[in-house]
Amino acid sequence: MSAPALEAKGLTKRFGGLVVNRDISLVLAPGARHALIGPNGAGKTTLVGILSGAIRHDAGSIAIFGHDLTKDGPAQRTKRGLVRTFQVSSLFVQLSVLENIFLAVSEHAGASGDLWRPAGKRRALIERANAVVDQLGLGPDRHRRVAEIAYGRQRLVEIGIALALEPKVLLLDEPAAGIPAGEVGILLRAIENLPPDIAILLIEHDMQIVRLFASEVTVLVQGEILMTGTPSQVMASAEVQSVYLGNTGTARFGSASNHA
Amino acid sequence: MLEPVWWILAVLVYFIFPKHLAIASSILIMAMFAMSFDVVLGFAGILTLGNAVFFGVGAYAAAWIAIGGWHEAITGAFAAGVGSALLAGALGPFVLRLTGLPLIMVTLGIGVIFYEAANKTAWLTGGDDGLSNIPLAPLLGWFRWSLSGGTAYLYALCWLGVLFLLSRRIMASPFGVALQGIRENADRMRLIGTPVLRYLVVSYVISAFIAGAAGALWTQTNAFVGLGVFSLDTALDGLVMLALGGIGGLYGGLIGAPVYMLVKHFSQEWNPYYWMFLIGGLLIVVVRVGRGGIMGIFRRLLSRRPVAS
Amino acid sequence: MSVVAFILLYGVSYGLVLCLISVGLVVTMGLMRVINLAHGAFAAIGGYIAIGLMTHVGLPFAAAVVAAVAFVAVLSLASEKVLFVHLYGAPELDQVLMTIGVNFVVVAALTLCFGPDVYPIRLPPWLSGSVDLGFRTFEVYRIVTMAVCLVVIGLLWVAFDRTNLGARLRAAVDNRGMAQATGINVPRLFSLTFATGGGLAALGGAIGAPMLPLEPTYPFKYLVLVLVVVALSGFGNVRAVVGVSIFVGIVDTAGRFFLPDLGAFIIYVLLIVLMIWRRQGLFAARVAT
Repeated sequence: MSAPALEAKGLTKRFGGLVVNRDISLVLAPGARHALIGPNGAGKTTLVGILSGAIRHDAGSIAIFGHDLTKDGPAQRTKRGLVRTFQVSSLFVQLSVLENIFLAVSEHAGASGDLWRPAGKRRALIERANAVVDQLGLGPDRHRRVAEIAYGRQRLVEIGIALALEPKVLLLDEPAAGIPAGEVGILLRAIENLPPDIAILLIEHDMQIVRLFASEVTVLVQGEILMTGTPSQVMASAEVQSVYLGNTGTARFGSASNHA
Repeated sequence: MLEPVWWILAVLVYFIFPKHLAIASSILIMAMFAMSFDVVLGFAGILTLGNAVFFGVGAYAAAWIAIGGWHEAITGAFAAGVGSALLAGALGPFVLRLTGLPLIMVTLGIGVIFYEAANKTAWLTGGDDGLSNIPLAPLLGWFRWSLSGGTAYLYALCWLGVLFLLSRRIMASPFGVALQGIRENADRMRLIGTPVLRYLVVSYVISAFIAGAAGALWTQTNAFVGLGVFSLDTALDGLVMLALGGIGGLYGGLIGAPVYMLVKHFSQEWNPYYWMFLIGGLLIVVVRVGRGGIMGIFRRLLSRRPVAS
Repeated sequence: MSVVAFILLYGVSYGLVLCLISVGLVVTMGLMRVINLAHGAFAAIGGYIAIGLMTHVGLPFAAAVVAAVAFVAVLSLASEKVLFVHLYGAPELDQVLMTIGVNFVVVAALTLCFGPDVYPIRLPPWLSGSVDLGFRTFEVYRIVTMAVCLVVIGLLWVAFDRTNLGARLRAAVDNRGMAQATGINVPRLFSLTFATGGGLAALGGAIGAPMLPLEPTYPFKYLVLVLVVVALSGFGNVRAVVGVSIFVGIVDTAGRFFLPDLGAFIIYVLLIVLMIWRRQGLFAARVAT
């Protein structure tokens, strides 16, 4: 019985007297497509912080393929294969799209310390970077500075950096955040095309994306897991609907489930 | 494509202005100094006002080496550069943890300390009088150091060329790209796993070597070194020259240094202080117009021309 | 005993002048987040104009100082609108470069107007001479300077702590976005603050002229010292500036006295150690990002 890609058990985090995450347990098999939803203030951001290592948890454990991550900081977790993207893009804005991805490819391959060979001549690295660029559909923007491309495409570069690091577990923190409605399509396509062997935990508000993407959904409310199930189960649940602000929630879920 | 122009012009200066080679050498040396700033500021994004320390250490080291009996210039300058680089290697791991104003403060403070130290140890540095009569053997055993400065000019030009090519090579490597990544977003680089502090120290060391070699050349071509090499003025000069020319891309210092020094030189004939007006004004304009400096202005002008299809 | 008294008296009077000059910069750096390396220029201009008016126009010292302060306050206001407003939110490098450029221009202007040498000051009779304090003598002028500084700083303190304007300023330093959201007119606050800071610096430059001699390179010369005070106080931490300035004044004076060869270093070594150890300044002021 092989170890799950990501296993979190009993994660708890307190800020002073406030319990932000209580006894959270989560299992992702390799290739999982798992979504995490919940109203604002539910503790999703804290949970992502705990999983990625930016925040230290008070109780519980995290393991990637059986390896305990408790002592590892964010950079070490990245090296172990647990990579996250950010809700607010954290990119290298004056550099080109290709350079952004190249940086991650180069570091992952241990090549960033090479002082002598021109970066352009490192064939393997360039090819890999180009492959990621193409996979995300960013070809036309390859040599353009990130600062100059559309915000939706910048969000793709954010994912590209993560992919370049060859993650085994990927935490996508609200990849659609801030994207104008017209550009969401490219994001959807990119997420569909993510490598099938990566386990992905998607944190999202946009139910359209959750429906299309996830085979399993966990609902987080006030720091605790309310339920876990398939998208249809979750969206049909009366409890979940009432939690999402009563009428507004019903309207949101009602229309989404009508697309079944 | 316009690149070779600078170098061709530099060689032509030797033939066209044989009587002005002394100032021309100074320009080349300051260009090298400004280039050292570019490595650390333009690529790595380290805002330091302290590179004069490395310039000064290199300058005095070259003097001591020559006075101490080793008269070969090229190795002397190289050794001086290494001396500065070692100093940078020692200071870097502490200083480079800082950013913003604290970093500026610390680098300024180090500069002041070195200046005062040099001032107070007259037995070592000659104090106010400096060190003169620095004996140097003919270059490569053949080229004598003439009063007209011809040898000195070509010597400095060769050094500049070599260091320029080396710097360009390093900045084009994966390491150079990583440095730019650190400049843009150090936190993300850390997350990716880059040893940020270590890379910053390496860039600091490289920059110090270049500044130190420039200092050594200063001593060698002037056969003199004084406290001025450590002064705040020198540090600011380097930064201003780079800013005028354009930061990043390595050519900024090469363009800014001649502009700065020539403005200074010619306006001093009207009035010793007009040049500060001009340079100050230029600097304000450059910042308002955009940080590309003179190079940036050229680029914008060139890109306005219709592109042949 | 008299050595300690000497160091305290001279250190404190020196520190208080530094305080006047630096407090404006502490506030503008905390409020506008602009690294203004040209702040010393306001002190220099204030000093030159005050002494110039006194020497060449014959104005009494007090009147000359007031006129100089008024002039520099207006000048600060104008320069804020024309130049500094472009630096808000700009990259640090741009701020450093532009303010260095301003410094160059000011130094050139001062040289052209007043010549490159130290500007000679002849103190009016009521300020000259010394007073016998029993354990040592002390210049009258320093006593008056200290008194003026203390009064002004006291007024500032009250204004900062007790008035509405002070409250708005503190709010804006702490969290600019929030302050703006509650209706505080931040641009106007910026201008007012900048003008006040410049005026205070001018006052410091004017009454401190015998202690900090006026020469054209004044803006560069005292740049580092002023920045030391700012860095050690922490941005926007006005309450700390008095203590830090006096501390710097005393350390500098003591250093020069006890170790004349190394004295000048001490403050810089201290600065470097402190910056690396506690980069938010000696008193960690909470600065909202």
